[in-house]
Amino acid sequence: MSDPAVVVRNISKKFETTVALDDISFDVSHGEIFGLVGPDGAGKTTLFRILTTLVLPDSGTATVLGLDVVKDLWAIRSRVGYMPGKFSLYGDLTVAENLSFFASVFRTTVKEGYNLIAPIYRQIEPFAERRADQLSGGMKQKLALSCALVHRPDILFLDEPTTGVDAVSRREFWDQLHTLRETGLTIVVSTPYMDEALRCDRVALIQGSRLLEIDPPEDIGRNYPLPLIAVTSSDRYQLLLALRESPHAHSVYPFGAELHFTDDRAGADPASVAAELEAWMKSHGFTDAAAHPIAAGIEDSFIDRMSTPARRAS
Amino acid sequence: MNFRVLRALLKKEYLQIFRDKVMLRQMLMMPFIQLLLLSSAATFEVKTARMYLVDNDHSETSRGLVEHLRASGRFVVVGASPSMEPANDALLSRDAGMILGIPHDFERDIVRTKSAKVQLIYNAEDGALAGVTNSYAQQIISAYARDLGASLRPMVAESPSIDIRTRGWYNQALDYKDYMIPGILVQLLTIIGTLLTAMNIVREKELGTLDQLNVTPIPRSAFISAKLIPLWTIALVELAIGLTVARFVFDVPMRGSLLLVFFAASLYLVVALAIGLWISTAVDTQQQAMFSSFFLIMIYLLMSGLFTPVRSMPTWAQWIAEVNPVKHIIVIMRAVLLKGAGIADIARPLTILAVSGAIVLSLAVRQYAKTSR
Repeated sequence: MSDPAVVVRNISKKFETTVALDDISFDVSHGEIFGLVGPDGAGKTTLFRILTTLVLPDSGTATVLGLDVVKDLWAIRSRVGYMPGKFSLYGDLTVAENLSFFASVFRTTVKEGYNLIAPIYRQIEPFAERRADQLSGGMKQKLALSCALVHRPDILFLDEPTTGVDAVSRREFWDQLHTLRETGLTIVVSTPYMDEALRCDRVALIQGSRLLEIDPPEDIGRNYPLPLIAVTSSDRYQLLLALRESPHAHSVYPFGAELHFTDDRAGADPASVAAELEAWMKSHGFTDAAAHPIAAGIEDSFIDRMSTPARRAS
Repeated sequence: MNFRVLRALLKKEYLQIFRDKVMLRQMLMMPFIQLLLLSSAATFEVKTARMYLVDNDHSETSRGLVEHLRASGRFVVVGASPSMEPANDALLSRDAGMILGIPHDFERDIVRTKSAKVQLIYNAEDGALAGVTNSYAQQIISAYARDLGASLRPMVAESPSIDIRTRGWYNQALDYKDYMIPGILVQLLTIIGTLLTAMNIVREKELGTLDQLNVTPIPRSAFISAKLIPLWTIALVELAIGLTVARFVFDVPMRGSLLLVFFAASLYLVVALAIGLWISTAVDTQQQAMFSSFFLIMIYLLMSGLFTPVRSMPTWAQWIAEVNPVKHIIVIMRAVLLKGAGIADIARPLTILAVSGAIVLSLAVRQYAKTSR
């Protein structure tokens, strides 16, 4: 178990003229939840398709469970569970038929895999005779996860599993992933949502086909390079416009009920920057405006990276 | 091949097929409707030709000729006049389909020279229709001439010189249905074999289920077999339904062995299914699959001898027809059903089907392997 569960080295992939992945390298350890976080079109799905042996990389190597994704595809296929981004089960088959079909093609039975899937499958078992296309989004996702798990894979690839699922089901889903991790399962999951990134053990930020940073989610904001100030005001929109024109604005964007202001003077003392900013705002007519320094979160970090990829790359 | 996996895949395919009630109903109705429409509506038979009469003789003999044509039931007189002008107008306005012109000296010429002329003018906008009408008229007129020869014999020395007697073998009544129905059944097999196979596989591509299947240890051989076997069986069931309808509703003769018909159809279906598989590897959507299949099927059917005889095609087209599996299965179906041909009589087309089945299937499987991982 000393080798990493997934090893990706210098993987690149082009589709005609579009670069989908550009020199990607990372490792995933056994038993961790590894998140690939990035906007749509960042290349996450292509990476999943390479790791699940569906697509060949143009260059670079990758192994899953020590098996080469190009040469050992059949060995990989019987040991991974894959849940594509789009619901890809048979809508015209019932819940039970889908599950037993996927068990059979992995040369096993639902009974043998039941222990592992029970916490998830039990919730949809009352609808076992319902056609899969008549399930709600959350139930479809549970069925898909059950089908991906029924053969007791050693590693699970989940491509944006919570897209189109309500907030409660999303939270439940992540609780289930943590339960699964307890059994020793390695999970590689992609998501466009920052709150979900926080529930991964490690996160890889991916954008524009490049990997930006790999860290535990709580560490991702740690390297935020500039002073970050949270600003509140009753007139948020006018303030946003005004702050963008202020002397040291690097970036300003709404964040929940606040605005997050990044000062362009690296190394400046955040407290004095905040005080200076508050004074500037008051002098510009935003009498109720308040500013205080904050630590950057993963979302701030991500927005920063997305807006200035060139600075990171250099 | 792992039979447990194959069984699971087959079970899934049959479940899906039998759950799609709309498709199932259509597949069951298709043989009935196609046979009914194509065999009784799409026929070259000309029931009644509308004839305009220009009789300038007004003799016993000319009236006899018209009477013969009318008595055949194939001709009705829609107008008559002594001059050609109104006759031409009737032809132009499509009130009449043909003009029968009888010259002034018709009876006299027959009595004196034992030969006379009549004029037949057709509206040949539809060439096939005019041709068929002409051949009916010729038959009736020459039969009438024979009758006249017989009745005139006491007065004249010679009987009419030419006597053509036609006899259609294997389809004595020249029944259009007998000729068309075996071909229509082949068309049915082709549509199910090629179109449904291509659509069925591409649907999995479209839905994304193919990706899900590909990240399982399902061997390609099992996947392809599970796709082809159900449609192969369904096509044979369709053929059975079609043959039953043909036998008991249309009274199509079945002189040869039905077992041989099914054997040949099974071989032919391998080709049709493999073409469907091939199409599925080249396209990404069901719409594209449908279009490509229709395009191919149209060419196949037009160049197969189903509607027009292969012998009347130009040489290059005859060569294409030679490698067209549809042509060979139609030859076999007609030979076995209408002529009662045995396996030795159809050995050549049967071999061609078997060989093309093996070639096309292996090419299609290779292509499938190339386009999927």
